[in-house]
Amino acid sequence: MPRPMKTLAGALALGLVLTACGGNTQAQGQPSSAPAAAGDTTLLIWADQMRSDTLKPFAEAFAKENGIKAEVVVVAQNQQQTFTTASQAGKGPDVVVGAHDWIGNLVQNGLIDPIQMTEDQLAGYVDVARKAVTYDGQVYGVPYAVENLALFRNTELAPEAPGSFDELVETGKRLKAAGKVKEIVGYPVSQQDGQSGDTYHLYPLYTSAGAHLFGTTAGGDPDPSELGVGEKESVAAFERIARLGEKGDGALKRSFTSDNSAAAFNEGRTAFMVAGPWRLADARKAGVKYDITPVPGFKGAEPARPFVGVQSFFVASKGKNKALAQEFVTGTLASAEVARALFDAEPRMPALNEALTYAAGKDPDVAKFQAAAENGTPLPAIPQMVAIWGPFNTLIHAAVKGEPVPPAVEAAAKAIAEQLEQ
Amino acid sequence: MATGAWPGSAGGIALRVLVLGLIVAVALWAVAPLVAAENWIGVGIVVVVTAAGLLVYLTPRRLPAKYLLPTTLLVLAFQVFPVVHTMSLALTNIGDGHLGSKQDAITAIETSSVKRRPGSAEFRLTVAEKDGDLVFLLAEGGRAYTGTAEGLRPLEGATLGAGGRITAADGYTVLTAGQASARGSEITELVVPVEGGAIRSQGLSRAYRGTATLAYDAVCDCVTGQDRIWRADEEQGRFVSDDGQALAQGWQVDVGLANLTTALTNPKINAHFLGVFGWNLVYATSVVVLTAALGVAVALVLHHPRMRAVRAYRTLIVLPYAMPAFAMLLVWRDMFNTDFGLINKMLGLDVDWLGAPLTARLSVLLVQLWLGFPYMFLIATGALQTIPSEYLEAAQVDGATAWQRFVKVTLPLLMLALAPLLVSSFAFNFNNFNGIFLVTAGGPFPADNPTMGATDLLITYTFRLAFGQQGAQYGLASAMSVYVYLIVAVLSIISFRRTRAFQEVDR
Repeated sequence: MPRPMKTLAGALALGLVLTACGGNTQAQGQPSSAPAAAGDTTLLIWADQMRSDTLKPFAEAFAKENGIKAEVVVVAQNQQQTFTTASQAGKGPDVVVGAHDWIGNLVQNGLIDPIQMTEDQLAGYVDVARKAVTYDGQVYGVPYAVENLALFRNTELAPEAPGSFDELVETGKRLKAAGKVKEIVGYPVSQQDGQSGDTYHLYPLYTSAGAHLFGTTAGGDPDPSELGVGEKESVAAFERIARLGEKGDGALKRSFTSDNSAAAFNEGRTAFMVAGPWRLADARKAGVKYDITPVPGFKGAEPARPFVGVQSFFVASKGKNKALAQEFVTGTLASAEVARALFDAEPRMPALNEALTYAAGKDPDVAKFQAAAENGTPLPAIPQMVAIWGPFNTLIHAAVKGEPVPPAVEAAAKAIAEQLEQ
Repeated sequence: MATGAWPGSAGGIALRVLVLGLIVAVALWAVAPLVAAENWIGVGIVVVVTAAGLLVYLTPRRLPAKYLLPTTLLVLAFQVFPVVHTMSLALTNIGDGHLGSKQDAITAIETSSVKRRPGSAEFRLTVAEKDGDLVFLLAEGGRAYTGTAEGLRPLEGATLGAGGRITAADGYTVLTAGQASARGSEITELVVPVEGGAIRSQGLSRAYRGTATLAYDAVCDCVTGQDRIWRADEEQGRFVSDDGQALAQGWQVDVGLANLTTALTNPKINAHFLGVFGWNLVYATSVVVLTAALGVAVALVLHHPRMRAVRAYRTLIVLPYAMPAFAMLLVWRDMFNTDFGLINKMLGLDVDWLGAPLTARLSVLLVQLWLGFPYMFLIATGALQTIPSEYLEAAQVDGATAWQRFVKVTLPLLMLALAPLLVSSFAFNFNNFNGIFLVTAGGPFPADNPTMGATDLLITYTFRLAFGQQGAQYGLASAMSVYVYLIVAVLSIISFRRTRAFQEVDR
């Protein structure tokens, strides 16, 4: 998933903290036994399942070349939280694979080290990736893939790409009236739990209507001291979203989650879907004839700006082999070879220009996602982003359900502001 | 056994020797790392526990202690320790940005402040050793240098390899990656001072010129740099500048009762307390009553002598209990989906189940009823077997109706077995985090108040408060769980007192 599952991530947090503290006594024991023979050095890498399979051969080759051991461990769930807790207990990895929006929180917890790259090396990455891993003027991760939302369109049902979201809704309504589809658009309004809105997916429409979440600092980072929720643009944006909602056009419905939207699209029950590259494999398997275009904005409004997530490699501050980890990350993992292998395993747009050329040549969809990312903004990495999710998710549900918009926006703004103050 | 003598069988003795040996083995295994870590408190605990174990089990005397010791240890480990630990966490500000020690924070601040000098060339680094001291052999643009803590010096007689890296140098031993990695922390810490900054390693084969823009000064207990001074604030556990800006990396400090009072006095937290508490009581009570009623009813039906295929039914009924609740809760959640859910599709309805407060509350109750009644059914089935049929026959002879027999005979006897379980079921459901969180996530939320949902229990409400703001706040969360714990404890004590009334029947 592209977005921090804060809610679930924290679900085990209390329990984990207890375990972490309980484990302290053992953790303290380890440094004293650290100056062991070189052959005992093990570079520990944490990754999700897909990445782990791809990285394993590279890690093993690196280990062999350097006369050490390397271990790639799969952490499938709550990666950021698990990494935080394990690191704190002295049992964390040396290298961790994750999303760039973890950076703010990991930096404030002192858990990842900056990665010093030369201007030349940095110039090898696409702009948005470079921007995303730069936090507070410092590069904290080596990016490998970029992902963002785009519009999937069933070309048999809708041969023409809609010029605006309003046009998309019209086409969808026409197809629905003609009995060709069941739903106007597969737009994930809700998170998987179905019970709160999905800020990540709704953000393109919100920005198209001219609203924003945070201001921007002089350095280009999001500025939490200037909150965009509650300003008149945000009310106007949600008025427009509400008009598409359950009491309006019926295009946006709370019953839509990322999973069932994809199911509806793949089974031809809707002609449009807003989704990321992680839905490509399923769409291809389903045999739908599709095309990918940027998420359209409202008619006569600003372009829709999807969040861009950048998958990265991080060096853990509390790892036991930091020098090796830096070497592995900046040497091996930053190579085009790894980026190509990762792309071959899962078709996500590579962050490294060299690999991007390779990927674009191999898969036409890459260029389409790249085009969709053009108007995108990196998902804010600042820790204050945590304050947004909850209230904003609720606000989305209220607007789509058809509740009065101004008081809902005001309540969300108040809740976010209160959280930011603390 | 009552005489306190050893039971004589050879097998018994062998078993005893084995268990005692195991205790000693475990103790030795546990002590080794503790000694290595110089954790003398830990060693003390292991020694005391082992001594107590040997003292109690080596002799045939002290029979009650043989039973009490393991129970006491388990209670200490799994009940007392977590509670004490939670309470001690509640007295700190532990949470995101305040996880580690002050030293950790200082290290993190200094490390992350090192800025690479823009436009400066990258050195090719070879880690070498001279007389046991670590030396950086640096190559840049065909020139070779040595770098030590003293500074950068030109190096004669170096052999440059293919990538422009020094592969050998007279008088220096080049370290292999494995050897270098074993001294990784020395490499990371070695800073070669040069004019206008310093050379630091980036991994094992590169070095760069950079400056630490922030530095900790122990004299003033402050961090200086970037034209500012951040002074340590031991109450907040962070470095704060005069204009109120704080550095992101903070540390854990004791905050005394601040979290406990915040939980009571912060209007954001206590404003909705009564509403949530009320629904929490209704939820826990309803779940207990409904599951017990359905469980007992089904058990009675299956207990009827003319009932056939009892075993098959029992298997089917216990099935929900045997399935992982976690997965089942998620399945139920999807079944309630308005447009795609099984329930609406099957019944041809268009109900926004989880979107309206009343139906959402009904839904979570229904889910919990489905998950919970098999347990009650099992207990009730067992209890029914123990009720002598003579009682019921006697009642029948006396002319009691079926209903009267159930209310006056069966139910009171059933309650003997069920009552304590009802109390524990109440305590469990009072804190049934998964049952709510995985189905409704506390929602639906009123449009004008995104902090309190219609199905929120105290625990889910607490969770959102503690983990929604600026990341995780374990300290505050612990303080709130202490309160929730107190509430559940008081309610449970009252309920246990009340259930004593049933024991009158026993006399």
